[in-house]
Amino acid sequence: MASTSDNGFRTRLGRVRGLGSAKSGGAHWLAYRMVAVLLVPLTVWFLYSIVRLAKAEHADAIAWLHQPVNAVLLLITLIATFHHAAAGMREVYEDYIHGKLARLIAIGLTNGAAILLAAASVFAVLKIAFGA
Amino acid sequence: MSETSVAKKARPLSPHLQVYRLPLPAVSSITHRFTGIALTVGTLVLTWWLVAAASGPDDFDTAQHVLGSPIGLLCLLGWTWAFGYHLLKGIQHLIWDTGTGITNASAQRSSALVFGGSFVLTAIVWIAAFAL
Repeated sequence: MASTSDNGFRTRLGRVRGLGSAKSGGAHWLAYRMVAVLLVPLTVWFLYSIVRLAKAEHADAIAWLHQPVNAVLLLITLIATFHHAAAGMREVYEDYIHGKLARLIAIGLTNGAAILLAAASVFAVLKIAFGA
Repeated sequence: MSETSVAKKARPLSPHLQVYRLPLPAVSSITHRFTGIALTVGTLVLTWWLVAAASGPDDFDTAQHVLGSPIGLLCLLGWTWAFGYHLLKGIQHLIWDTGTGITNASAQRSSALVFGGSFVLTAIVWIAAFAL
């Protein structure tokens, strides 16, 4: 591991240079995976619920979201889903869009859209859950 | 002369899309991307459905009517399959992240399992949706 030139005279910066990025890529990678693991049970639950609501009238859907368990689980599912979607789309852009500015714009617009949709859907769930 | 032809035969293949016959795990990999993008588009419909539910019976009935139309049902069928596929492929990736199952034979088997499982899952969901 330690090379012959690593004799204590080298600065800390000199020792880590060339060993890879020191930015937030590791944390991003881990967050993407942890949210993905979380989404496995949540999306299966969501699919099960949606199947049961397949022929639902408005009152049935409202009654379903009046249950605190359903509202809370759906809120977590929504936030995790939009995080995962934005992270996934970012990975696609990073692979296929080679212009730096174009890539930045695509990632920025997608993140913005994800935040907007997450806020709208969370607001809708809360409105129903707290509504009469 | 014969030496050149032997050398030519031994040349490695570049995974260029136009000259490379995609093995099953490669097809499976790009399908994961496509289903992810399709599901991201689907979050627009999910948000619309929730907002419609929050804004009242009339808007919710409209949403249910559109989703229950032939084109709506076709889209939902596509998204169900995309979801089942992305879920199973995602689990495969999470297992791969631990360093397990990364051999040609194993990847071949698990990729076939992902494709097969996605159709089984879609069938179960739609039979359940119409039976319940």
